[in-house]
Amino acid sequence: MADVVTLREAVAELVHDGDTVALEGFTHLIPHAAGHEVIRQGRRDLTLVRLTPDTIYDQMIGMGCAGRLVFSWGGNPGVGSLHRFRDAVEHGWPVPLEIEEHSHAGMAAAYAAGAANLPFGVLRGYAGTDLPERTSSAAWIDCPFTGERLAAVQAVRPDVGVIHAQQADREGNVQLWGISGVQKEVVLASRTSIVTVEEVVDRLEPRPGAVFLPSWVITAVAMAPGGAHPSYAHGYYERDNGFYQAWDPISRDRDAFIEWMQRHVLDTADVVEYHASLEAAVA
Amino acid sequence: MSDHTAEEMMAVAAARRLRDGATCFVGIGLPSRAANLARATNAPNCVLIYESGTIGAKPRNLPLSIGDGELAETADIVVSVPEIFSYWLQGGRIDVGFLGAAQIDRYANLNSTVIGGYEHPKVRLPGGGGAPEIAASCDETLVMLRHSPRAFVERLDFRTTVGYGDGPGSREELGLKGRGVSAVITDLGVLEPDPDTCELTLTQVHPGVEPEAVVAATGWPLRVAEELATSPAPSNEELVALRALRTVDEA
Repeated sequence: MADVVTLREAVAELVHDGDTVALEGFTHLIPHAAGHEVIRQGRRDLTLVRLTPDTIYDQMIGMGCAGRLVFSWGGNPGVGSLHRFRDAVEHGWPVPLEIEEHSHAGMAAAYAAGAANLPFGVLRGYAGTDLPERTSSAAWIDCPFTGERLAAVQAVRPDVGVIHAQQADREGNVQLWGISGVQKEVVLASRTSIVTVEEVVDRLEPRPGAVFLPSWVITAVAMAPGGAHPSYAHGYYERDNGFYQAWDPISRDRDAFIEWMQRHVLDTADVVEYHASLEAAVA
Repeated sequence: MSDHTAEEMMAVAAARRLRDGATCFVGIGLPSRAANLARATNAPNCVLIYESGTIGAKPRNLPLSIGDGELAETADIVVSVPEIFSYWLQGGRIDVGFLGAAQIDRYANLNSTVIGGYEHPKVRLPGGGGAPEIAASCDETLVMLRHSPRAFVERLDFRTTVGYGDGPGSREELGLKGRGVSAVITDLGVLEPDPDTCELTLTQVHPGVEPEAVVAATGWPLRVAEELATSPAPSNEELVALRALRTVDEA
């Protein structure tokens, strides 16, 4: 059964230096509040896993939380580069970042294999590309039935899987809807999990097409209203496209980045204060 | 309305390549603009699929990311990321892949990973994302990028995505199911693979573009087709539809 706790408690209890941590959410429901809490608690040397690193991993990498990144597309969607990610790869700032990269299809297969308790996933992919040469978690396998050569990707098994969802009930059952990415897979592939939610309700109304995660597959549930910002929560608030554009100049400059993180993350206690600090900056 | 930019000509030329009713796996940016222009003009029944798992998306405004709420709200169905890549793409159900890239070579192989060496890159690019398997599994692939010697290179810094590999027979040897890149649409013209050698050849120039200018903007000795076509200038209808496409932040 999931414990319904504060996000601070969940991160203190479950995320340790050196852990492999996957914060997932494909454009939608990206768990920014949880990432901010990891930054506040000063975690180091994490292996971060995620298909699309997005601004939250840019922030975690820039604040020195990560020693390694496993990913498939590291950009600021619709805007351009992730400058903190690039600075870490190109110049080792603030600490060197090892990378292990896949394609989206490979990452999806690796998560699905992890959720299914298999050692690897299999796909038609990578053939003829330079990716397998650079990635120790991709290899070749011959089909035992047809002899066809296929790509194998090592299963992703994070110490902690982190997602954001719209709702939980008081028992810690979780429901999310809209674009669902690999959220189900990451929770089921991970040894422990944290789910942040927009709200805790008395009773979850079943929704057709929604992903339901029962309390007994989740370790901790924490309230984080607005916790996906600048990503969005379908039915609650829209993607803050202006933020993604504004992030480009902030993240280009090391000093501007540090100043922003100090003001909006380190000097705020939680997601409510984070939002208040953003509003104060606009006012 | 004959006044148009090279950028607009590129979008229009790309949109015309999408046939009505085709299922199309769409990358963000230039491909998304062109695919939605096609949906507004010559291919109203094309089925747009984004890697966020949105199938049959009909966005009213152009999304900034591949997972905007607009795509989910207007889709026929939204499936998970493992499902879109395994059942739908790898399952061989998509007609056309629509991609961009930072670099391309004469065999239409693409680089979207690094400029410079891998260990110490000059520019770290976003990476493969969905592209490697889109180009492997879609029945055909369209590529859009702006023409320059830095983009059209003799040798890629990294092969992220396979077009025709090392030339004729490569795709078959690698077990790639789709037929490969059928056209590269740029701001200067259109390149298509030679049926015998697979080498990209200039087959079409946009109005007012001399083939010599395209050769000069290409980093390998570009072959020019004997019968070189000129793209029809964008029609009034195409330009109106294109200019009506707004990204979500402009809407």
